[in-house]
Formats: sequence, structure tokens, C-alpha cells
Amino acid sequence: MSETLPSAPARAGLDGADDVLVRVDNLVKYFPVKGGGLVSRTVAHVQAVDGVSLTIGRGQTIGLVGETGCGKSTLARCIAGLIPVTSGTVTFEGQNITNLPRRRMQPYRREIQMIFQDPYGSLNPRRRVGSIIGDPFAVHKTATGSERKKAVQELMERVGLNPEHYNRYPAEFSGGQRQRIGVARALALKPKLIICDEPVSALDVSIQAQVLNLLADLQQDFGLSYLFIAHDLEVVRHVSNSVIVMYLGRVAEAGPRDPVYDAPRHPYTNALLSAAPAADPDAAAARQRIILSGDVPSPINPPAGCRFHPRCPKAQERCGQEVPPLEVKAGDPATHVTSCHFPVQEGEVLARAGRTAGRPQR
Amino acid sequence: MSLLEVSDLRVSFPTADGVVKAVRGVSFSVDTGRTLGIVGESGSGKTVLTQTLLGLAPGGQVSGQALFDGTDLLSLRPEQLRKVRGAEIAVIFQDPLTSLHPLYRVGWQIREMIRSHDKSVSKSQAQERAVELLARVGIPQPRQRVNDYPHQFSGGMRQRVMIAMALSLSPKMIIADEPTTALDATVQAQILDLLLQLQQESDTALIMITHDLGVVADIADDVLVMYAGRAAEKASKHDIFYRPHHPYTKGLLESIPNSSAAGERLKPITGQPPSLINLPSGCAFHPRCTYVMDRCLTEEPSLVAVGDAGEHRSACWLPVAAAGTAAEAEEIRRRAVGAGRHDAAVKVAEEIASAPESEGSVI
Repeated sequence: MSETLPSAPARAGLDGADDVLVRVDNLVKYFPVKGGGLVSRTVAHVQAVDGVSLTIGRGQTIGLVGETGCGKSTLARCIAGLIPVTSGTVTFEGQNITNLPRRRMQPYRREIQMIFQDPYGSLNPRRRVGSIIGDPFAVHKTATGSERKKAVQELMERVGLNPEHYNRYPAEFSGGQRQRIGVARALALKPKLIICDEPVSALDVSIQAQVLNLLADLQQDFGLSYLFIAHDLEVVRHVSNSVIVMYLGRVAEAGPRDPVYDAPRHPYTNALLSAAPAADPDAAAARQRIILSGDVPSPINPPAGCRFHPRCPKAQERCGQEVPPLEVKAGDPATHVTSCHFPVQEGEVLARAGRTAGRPQR
Repeated sequence: MSLLEVSDLRVSFPTADGVVKAVRGVSFSVDTGRTLGIVGESGSGKTVLTQTLLGLAPGGQVSGQALFDGTDLLSLRPEQLRKVRGAEIAVIFQDPLTSLHPLYRVGWQIREMIRSHDKSVSKSQAQERAVELLARVGIPQPRQRVNDYPHQFSGGMRQRVMIAMALSLSPKMIIADEPTTALDATVQAQILDLLLQLQQESDTALIMITHDLGVVADIADDVLVMYAGRAAEKASKHDIFYRPHHPYTKGLLESIPNSSAAGERLKPITGQPPSLINLPSGCAFHPRCTYVMDRCLTEEPSLVAVGDAGEHRSACWLPVAAAGTAAEAEEIRRRAVGAGRHDAAVKVAEEIASAPESEGSVI
């Protein structure tokens, strides 16, 4: 694993961040896989996150993209301290908070909050909205009684819910409104970092825009930092200052938003961007889509060398042997790093002469 | 005559809280070899619409007509409809894990599909056909994989199995209900590609139900935009995306994050979709519509031609010329609204303007 250690400049999200809020260094998270039998032994490891480094600046939004199983949610949970990390460090405002015992972690839990994907599953259906949003106050013993109720109603108003609905149950709200409840709960203790794990994936497009605008307003008002996880590349482009593209537990490419989207260097980033559906028929017809073959391999037994090589249209022998370092490629800004032996050059066409390339218009 | 012609289809479900009017008079047609995209938000009735055609939405009160190859699907008895389903019209659902039986090998499931429609096919012939089908949808090593269980396949591969099953009886039409929603972008691209390729090979009609305008832009020929159980707009793909007439279509297009305006504020449609039990008076979209006029509060507009060829139809009181996203179209809309807006409509419009994002009513 030593060869995966990124060198000093190979960090994602350094975009103008002199004011660093969170620093993650070479974070590794392996989940043991137990074998059958009477005495369960660990027979393998799911290498969910394997050596990721990143920096989140104050007031910044870092977008984290990748396919199912690439480790983006695991990484987020490690940063939030919800699961112990295998190795590496998480630093919050200069303090090392990696694997802190429960009591010492408590003050940091206030500073780092999460918003989850499923607005149906993340709210207890039997509890009233007011008490759900008031939970953080109760847990951290910061407000009680009428003071708490007032604070909750202010929060509800701030996220665009009617404060009079304090006594309603989650079932009485629509999907978009439930996501607002989740946002209000995350905001309660005035955190510095909110980790948004697919916050709008379950919402319809018109409602999604409402929630994204709300998140942008809150960021401006409270100087929040976001770690924004999503599989929708256009959403991530819209909200992020910097973007990290993960593949099978590792960073494939990272950098400021525009260079990554406009001139992606990693073949995987190129494939992802070309696969994302564009709501524009002419653009869709003109696009040279890179169709990757196969599925994401198992993180229990990831491919040797570059983990993307079995699906990569540019793969050569070297890719199956050597792990490509995450480094700045020639001509890129110093904050744009790519882990690839044969980065995509400007004007290079990766799409194979497939049927999608230049499909006839009917 | 089109392969499928649906006219004035209405479906409602009586519930304890009242009658849910899921589909309220929808007409459309699909030709052989064409793709119709049906778009709409959750609860717009797009799934109920197609499930009713196949008798998969029991308990509903249905009226209207759905001529498929000259036969009215809505008048068929369940056992007659069973023969149509699968053999003539195949369905691909969103979630390939719950649509495959977890305890049977995929080969068995495909075989069963073939043999239940044609008893003369022997087991070994059906097995051979299953292998061919798996190969056709791009599953590697089909001869081994045919004996695997659904959980041994990844999400994308499972969806391929579903497509193989849908193709097994060479249907004339395939209805795909959000077939790629559960899949990652790169796998979604593979599946859409496969669907199109198969459609072109065998000249099948395809109905693609989705909430994703990107998918529609990619593969549809014609588009039906649904809102609250009715067709808001119906047109060719290009007219929908470049010359939208209905404010709902326009709003949907505008609320998509767009690369050219990254970081700027999005323009969401305000408010929530209405409850189908308690629909707003007049046009169901009026409480959310920026262009609301007096007439919209009382009279429900019907689909009228707004384009030259008559193919572009929209259910909105705005003048016919108000199609498009350009400044001129906006000016026409503004003038029409100015002339048609009085007391009540002014109030609705002020509500929308004063609360640009608040989600007023609780459903």
C-alpha cells in the first residue's frame, strides 16, 4: 500500500484554501469479511477507502462523485467520525480527531453534521417534527423547554417550513419538505461542516432545485462548508468549488471544478462525463459517448495496478502492474491532480466507433 | 393507424380519503419503431397510465379506449390480457432485483416466460433460447450465467436479464418504466444504448417512462409531459426541449442544473405537486404557475395545437405564439398575462412572487 501514498501536492480540494477546516491524510478504511464456520475468522477485507487525502476549506463546497461502491459514503462517515478508520488521520481545525473516544468526540459532533439521502428513512415516523429537529439540542443539552421550541421554530422558518407545523409527523410532509426537516436538524447546533450524502437524489427535479438553492443560501448566511456527495455530475458541478472523482476506494482525479469538468484528464472522469445524460437533444446526439465495458470490480479483490485498468479504453500493460501516482499532469494547474499513467490529452477522442457516436437523427 | 392508440384514458381509485384521480383523460399514440418518452414528477400518473393498459393496476375505475393492433386492451378479460402481456407488450421495471424471483435461476425464469406462452417449445429449446437472449443483451459467458441466481448479477446485469426476458417473445412494444433510475451513469449509458440497438434491430415500439429529462433527450422521438394526471404538453423531442409552450415544461427545463450557469441560483418551480384527491380548480398547475391568469383559476385548458404541423400540442391558456424560450416568446407571455390577470390571479401571482421557494401547503 506504500506506493499509494500521495505525495505532498497530491491533495484534493486545495483550491484557495488557506483557511483549512478539515484535512484528511491518507485515510484507509477496510471492512473485514468474516468466513463461515463455527469460529468466524476474517477471510478478506473490503477495501472501501484506500489512501485518500483531501482538504476542505472554510466556506467551501467539495463535491465527491463516483459510482456505487466507490467508497464515497464510507469516506464521508469516516470524516464524520461515525465509523472508526483503519489508518490515516482526520484533522478538524488543526485538532486530530481520528478515532477519538466517544466523550472526547462529542464537541466535534456539533461541528460536523450530516444530511442523508433518503428523506423517508432518516426521520423517525412516530415522532413529531418539532422533537426530531430539537434532538440535537437535547443530546447536547444546549436548550430546554420553551427555549428549545423557539429555536426549533426559528430553524423551521429558516429552511422554508411553516413553524406552525411543529407538531406534525414526517408522514404529513412531502419528500422535499422532509429533506428540509433533515437540513433543519443538521443546522441546529450551528455546525461548521455539513456532509451531504446524496441530499437531492430522491427528489423530483423541480423540488431538487428548491433544496439546492436553500443549501446555497445557508452556506452564504452561516459560512458553512459542505462535503457534497452525489452521483449526478451536473448537480455537483453546480454546487462545488472543487471536485473529487473516486473510483473503487481511490481518488482518480481531483481539482477545482472548471478544469476537472472542462479538461478531464483521467479516462474514468471522461467516461463519467460523457455518460451523464444531458437534457439537450442536439448535445445528446452530437456527443461522443464513451461506453465502458463491464461493471465496477469487487472492492474485496480490486485489480492490481490502476484499479480502473480492466475497464479503461486506454489501458496498457503498465497499468496492470504499477499504481499510477496522484499527481499534477503537464499543463494543469497545481491543484488539479490525476492518477493515470496515460492521461487524456486535449482533443483526444476516447469514444470507440460505437453506435452511439453520431447516431443518425430520426 | 398507429400500433397503440390511447384515447381519453381515465383512471381513478376510490380510497377512504376520497377518489384519487390518477389519470384524467390522456390520449396518445405510438408507432412501430418509434420511442415515446413520458415524463413527469412523482405522482403525475405516468406509471398508472401504462400499468392500466396492461391490467397491472387493479382496483382502478377505468374508462377510455386503448387500441393495440386494433384490439381494445381495456375491454379484454384478464386471461386474454395475460396472452398480450409479455408476448405482444413487454414491460421492464425500475428495480431489477425485486422484479426477478430470487430463488430461481435466471435461465429458469426466462424459460418459464417462453413456455408459459408457447407450450410447444421444449425445455431444452427454451434453455437454448435463453442462452441466445443473454448473449444478445451482452451478458458475458451466457452458457454459464444462465444457471446463476439473480443475486449473482450486478444491478446493470440484472437489468440486462430483465431486457432479455422482455425480448424473449419478440414483442411488438416494450414499456420501460424508469429502467435506468437505479443504475449508475456509466451503466445507464450501457443500458440505454442496448435498448436503442435492440429496438432498431427489431423495429419495436418503445414507451420510456422517466422523470429524467436527460434520458428523454437521449432516446425519445416524441415526448408526453404529464402533470397531475393529464398531458400538459405533447410534441416531438426537439419542440419540447427548444420550443416549450406549457409553463410546466419550461419550469422543468429551467430547474435542471446547467453547466453554463454553474454556481448561480437555480430556478425551481415553486410549491408542491397537488394532491390527486383534492385537485386545484381550473388548470391543476395554476397554484405553481408564474404566468397564472384569471381564466386558469376556473377553466381547465385542453390540449390544443401550438405548432404549425399540429403535432405540438399544449394544455395552456397562453397564446399559441408563446412557445419557446427566447425573449419574444417571453414578451408575448408577459403581455397575455398582463391582459388576463385580475383580482384572484393577481393574488396567486403575488403569493408565488413573495415566497419564491417556500413550499406552501402540506399534502
